[in-house]
Amino acid sequence: MSHRQLSEQEAREKSSELRTYLWGFGLALVLTLIPFGLAAYTQMASGTLYIVIAVCAVIQIVVHFRFFLHITLAKNKREDLQLILFTVLILAIMVGGTLWILFNLYYRMMPDMLP
Amino acid sequence: MTMTTKTQPGHASPAKPRVHHPGLNLGPAHQESEDTREEMVFGFWVFMMSDLILFGLLFGTYVTMLGGTAGGPGPGELFELKSAFIETMLLLISSFTFGMASLALKYRNDRKVLVIWLLVTLLLGLGFLAHELYDFHKMFTEGGVPSRSGFLSSFFSLVPLHGLHVTGACIWLIAILGQIAVYGVDSFVKSSLLRLAILWHFLDIVWIGIFSLVYLGGIV
Repeated sequence: MSHRQLSEQEAREKSSELRTYLWGFGLALVLTLIPFGLAAYTQMASGTLYIVIAVCAVIQIVVHFRFFLHITLAKNKREDLQLILFTVLILAIMVGGTLWILFNLYYRMMPDMLP
Repeated sequence: MTMTTKTQPGHASPAKPRVHHPGLNLGPAHQESEDTREEMVFGFWVFMMSDLILFGLLFGTYVTMLGGTAGGPGPGELFELKSAFIETMLLLISSFTFGMASLALKYRNDRKVLVIWLLVTLLLGLGFLAHELYDFHKMFTEGGVPSRSGFLSSFFSLVPLHGLHVTGACIWLIAILGQIAVYGVDSFVKSSLLRLAILWHFLDIVWIGIFSLVYLGGIV
């Protein structure tokens, strides 16, 4: 009773899905450890470090979508990918616009607010 | 318990099972309500994406407020790398254990394995919340209260909102465990678990943004 009798195809699917989660976990772990390790143990110039952190974060987000949420480029899943990409477009316009306008305002009127 | 698998005539190799909705599909062995599940999971994705826009704009607000410490404590004094790292690990491992629970739901009939993975996930989630609350408490004692500056106001609207989502997800998980105990793993529980898995993995994605931008960005 503990194992459902799996057909051959299901068994193959199971091991490939298990591998997916393990790969996702491994990659996410590495991509978390790199920025934390660099921030904790090295004296890198902060400019380069910001770039490394940003790149690791973006890759890790893609890894989570691909391996944990199973969003792939396969044809039968296009609708969901489109939903996500459209959300990203809206976000880019709204967040990008906010940052652009406010930092321009700071630059012209409140230089103290520039970090 | 035996399962008969239907093989389609005319196909030499078995065709790939149809994908009904984004995320992990439970497959033909859980056919009973695949069609309603398709709508509910897709609807949940739409909700999740609207939530993503909410978080994205709070991230934007936080960045515009980075300079507005008004003489109060800034990110360098308030944030600790170690506690951010512990919280990140707790959430990442819980995301993985939830994945294991989803696989147990898909491929096993006994609920023991499923319930054990769900309990591990719940404990990791609660551990994350406890650690985050302890962190906020420490920030409060150092004068980092929301009313101190624009920077702290935006911090406390972004990070605790994520914590609130995790709290909601934990309550939902407890409710599902109760339903499993009373009704067993029926089709409603399966559909709830699929949606909660999406929420859980999604909250981990939001946390990637928080630890990268807020904690690492603030400390460096």
